[in-house]
Amino acid sequence: MPALGADMEAGTLVEWLVKPGDRVNSGDVIAVVETQKGAIEVEVFQTGVLSDILVPVGERVPVGTVLAQIDGAERATPAPAAEPVITPPPIVAPRKTPPLRAVVAPRVGRLKVTPAARRRAAALNVDIATIVTGSGVEGSIRLADVESAGAAPVRAAAKRGLDLSQMRKAIAAAMSRSKREIPHYYLTETVDLSAASTWIERFNVDKPPVERILPAVLFLKAAALALREQLRLNGAYENDAFVPSSNIHVGWAISLRGGGLIAPAIRDADKKSLAELMGAMRDLVERARRGNLRSSELTSPTVTVTNVGDRGAESVTGIIYPPQVSIVGFGRVVARPWVVDGRIESRPLVTVTLAADHRATDGHIGGLYLAAVARLLQEPEKL
Amino acid sequence: MTDAEIRALILELIGEIAPEADLASARDQDDLREAFDLDSMDFANFVVALHDRLGVNIPEVHYNRLFTLERAIDYLRDAVAQ
Repeated sequence: MPALGADMEAGTLVEWLVKPGDRVNSGDVIAVVETQKGAIEVEVFQTGVLSDILVPVGERVPVGTVLAQIDGAERATPAPAAEPVITPPPIVAPRKTPPLRAVVAPRVGRLKVTPAARRRAAALNVDIATIVTGSGVEGSIRLADVESAGAAPVRAAAKRGLDLSQMRKAIAAAMSRSKREIPHYYLTETVDLSAASTWIERFNVDKPPVERILPAVLFLKAAALALREQLRLNGAYENDAFVPSSNIHVGWAISLRGGGLIAPAIRDADKKSLAELMGAMRDLVERARRGNLRSSELTSPTVTVTNVGDRGAESVTGIIYPPQVSIVGFGRVVARPWVVDGRIESRPLVTVTLAADHRATDGHIGGLYLAAVARLLQEPEKL
Repeated sequence: MTDAEIRALILELIGEIAPEADLASARDQDDLREAFDLDSMDFANFVVALHDRLGVNIPEVHYNRLFTLERAIDYLRDAVAQ
């Protein structure tokens, strides 16, 4: 049973997606577990043949319990959760067939699917991966393609859902631990977004809606790139020591309707293009709200970024998610007076905040980090 | 399309984006974002869905004309007719 959060102690196995004798490959989703954060798909990071299932459906077991055995197991690729952050998922067993999510979300550069098509696929329980050719631009899969494929539904996915009272308990535990154990310090920087706003308008103007990006994408990329300059803000504090991460996996905070919050990882956010980040955000938001996140997405973040959006507050000062050592917040973009070359002008501004662990860094490092974010947002074309 | 058809389509698409939304409570002058708790990603997906269903490519500068049902119906009626 993988540890899927700072204070997760146990989980309930609600579905096996493999059976003994199945061959499994690294990265396969093999089971679904119910946690305080909802139903999470459990992946394996080994290749072999599943020989035995040790935990039956319906059983609640502690974190660390072996769920299944894999014969001939060998680590084909590094586990996505192998960074020094959270306890990596223990041995489990995978499966050869694709995940049983009803929808395979679009991935930039591979499968292009319109949001409406994805939602219709979810409603019709159609596996988009089975649609060979879409009728849209460059073979993208459109609503009509999904409806045509509706006659070939896949096996129903496990019943998923979020128990918001349980999620509230999980948030309470993690945030209480954070406030109890982590000596936070807080820094704020106001950033002129004129260049970024103009650049986004030009970027989006000739594009169809599905290819447009949101300002949040620039925030995410700038926050990730700036971490390359201040490595001590990216990693985990465990066993009385800071352990840096060589990868920048941003936990993107997503609010859930009806309450609740979850921050699954956008892996290697510093290396992704803006279009890829937009696709990743769209995918994560949809799956987080549907209850289709994967275990590695919850265990691998090395930092958290939160953006309150255009209906949020003007600034947000976050609480670090243990064992991470920093959280970056972007407030609502507002038009305010701003001094430019000795004159007062109206400018779009955003308040960027950093909450960081004083055991890992001092304010000087944090200040340099925020300065880097501000600098990067002045040259959006380079993000 | 008739205004009633456009209204029904708008609510259908919002229902796909925000399944828990109480669509029956929708009033023509309400801000859809406030009424149904749509964030900027939700609204972007709404515009994508309109493009997909109606073939209408709505520029970003016109997004504010979709914020209420009343204005959205007016806008989309004209856009579809063009």
